Amino acid sequence: MTSHRLQHIVPGFAIFVLASVVTWLSFTEQPAEAFLFPRVISVVFIILAIWNLIRAVTGMSKVGRGITVDTLKNLAPGLAVMLLYVFFGAKHLGFYFGSTLAFFAIYSFYDPASWSSIKDWIKRVFVTAAFMAVIYTLFAVVLQVHTPRGILF
Amino acid sequence: MEFLNYFGGVFEPWAFMLLLGGTIGGLILGATPGLSPTMAVALLIPFTFHMSATHGLVLLGAAYTSTVAGGAVSAILLKIPGAPANIATALDGNEMAKRGEGARALHLSFLSSGVGGVIGILLLIFLTPVLAQWVLKIQTPHVFWIAILGVTVIGSLDSKSFVKGLLSGCIGLWLSTIGYDEIQGTERFIFADALGGGIGIIPALIGLFAIPQVLDMMAKGRVDALVEALEVPRQKLAASMRELTRYVRALSIGTVVGSIIGLIPGVGGQIAGLVAYDQSRKMSPQREKFGTGHPEGLVAAESANNAMVGPSLVPLLTLSIPGSPTAAVLLGGLLIKEIFPGSDIFDNHPEVVWTFINSMLVGQVLMVIFGIMIAGWAAKIARAPAPIMAAGVLVPAVFGSYSVGQSVGDVHIMLALGVGMFILEKFGFSAAPLVLGLILGPIAGDNFTQGMTLAAAQDGPWVYFFTGTLNIILIALVVASIAYSFWNNMLAGDKAPVAEPVVGDTK
Repeated sequence: MTSHRLQHIVPGFAIFVLASVVTWLSFTEQPAEAFLFPRVISVVFIILAIWNLIRAVTGMSKVGRGITVDTLKNLAPGLAVMLLYVFFGAKHLGFYFGSTLAFFAIYSFYDPASWSSIKDWIKRVFVTAAFMAVIYTLFAVVLQVHTPRGILF
Repeated sequence: MEFLNYFGGVFEPWAFMLLLGGTIGGLILGATPGLSPTMAVALLIPFTFHMSATHGLVLLGAAYTSTVAGGAVSAILLKIPGAPANIATALDGNEMAKRGEGARALHLSFLSSGVGGVIGILLLIFLTPVLAQWVLKIQTPHVFWIAILGVTVIGSLDSKSFVKGLLSGCIGLWLSTIGYDEIQGTERFIFADALGGGIGIIPALIGLFAIPQVLDMMAKGRVDALVEALEVPRQKLAASMRELTRYVRALSIGTVVGSIIGLIPGVGGQIAGLVAYDQSRKMSPQREKFGTGHPEGLVAAESANNAMVGPSLVPLLTLSIPGSPTAAVLLGGLLIKEIFPGSDIFDNHPEVVWTFINSMLVGQVLMVIFGIMIAGWAAKIARAPAPIMAAGVLVPAVFGSYSVGQSVGDVHIMLALGVGMFILEKFGFSAAPLVLGLILGPIAGDNFTQGMTLAAAQDGPWVYFFTGTLNIILIALVVASIAYSFWNNMLAGDKAPVAEPVVGDTK
């Protein structure tokens, strides 16, 4: 079995599991009237999911490149920052402080400029501050959105 | 000629400011590779939440129009299409720029976009009210089938794989059923507290369109993606305008092709530009010059992708079926204001719909003027490094999702959907049908439930949903859209791994 075929089988199987759960819940949960429409959807959903899985297993599913190890390696730090930012930083540190840290971390990590040059770090700090000033003006001043303050800001 | 009564609304100070801001901002966003029109409009929706429906739609319409045209700037000067709609533009536009004719190419591009765009909006103005009156005859089962048709058409036509397109639509329909069912007063599929209120359209739109693009940028790692922009020497606009009259054939082909393709739900600008380019080449006596920097190719492609914008809103404003993924996002923008396409919008909110349409007409003129003025400058901004863009899209995406319901749960949903969509896209699934399923799901669901109740009191569901001329026509269209896509897939095969797209999104 080629790695490309395996790459298609895994999401195909995951979608099949999801479709099975949706179908199971649609036909077992009560009151039945509330689940009439989900039942109709789930029948089509499970048929398509099975079809998709069969295509993946037989190697007929080829659209999409899949996810390479390099992609995962490149993504890992950024994704970690995103998850920390959204699930922890924004609420507990404060929306603006968390956002500033997330912007700075992502920008700094993926910036191809040198990590040892002080000039480049100053540029990163300046860009982050300027960007967050725009965001603050838009959301706090113009739209007056009240964001969680957390322990900082 | 009802639309003439509402022209004044466009020139109200606040509306005009939004139109101007949306146009200029849209041109810059459109010129930025990786920021597609769909994503730009999705990110703007939270801002419209604080505006009146008219003002919100003026802003979104301006952004839609100008992002499509703005994509030509980076296509011509950087050879990176700002949006897939500008792929054909890059073929000849960049060759012209390399010869030192960048200004000429930009002038021709914006002028032909303007001509195509104006004709497209005029089609929208004259076709929509006629269809909207016809829509009055539509009843509960028909609305259900129309919603299903919207999902199947986009699912079938917008995806490279027929099965995956329809599966995306199904996932969207299912996601729309999550939350509290108001009719039965019961909870459905609530696996986490954040899902109690269901999946909001705005967090979903932002997550599904913006987050995959952020992750795409990150996935490239620490690479310096800066591309040198070509210099733009000055050229007199009058000379470009005179020159455009020499390309009437290409302009006509582009406008006609764009308008027709725009009317077909789910097809969109990328195809419009490429088909117009191809047809123009076939009909040109100088076809061998196409691809070497021939202005005809540029004119055909740009007039087509902007002529598509107006007609893509015809099925949206009459039947709730968007002509393109960006139009699907606009539908979300309408529904959150509790404005429903069809006769409702024309009978009960004429000032909203006509000011919106008129603003798009005026927006075409502004787009040409400012496009030509700021093209060179926009190209410089478009070269913003990918890390700044990734972080710069993520933060407003988080704030935008939060600001609508002031709920951190919405931000979690946005991120979860975005990461999920990024993974699905890597395996050939497409965001557009999923979004449409999510948007049209409640319409289909409510009408299905209502129809079942009515059917129980009449001749049963079979008669209610499957008989009657309009039901049969709609069912036939649903079947035809699926069969057409299935047949195409059989002919083309589920081809080998597709190339990574130049930009992140479909339209």
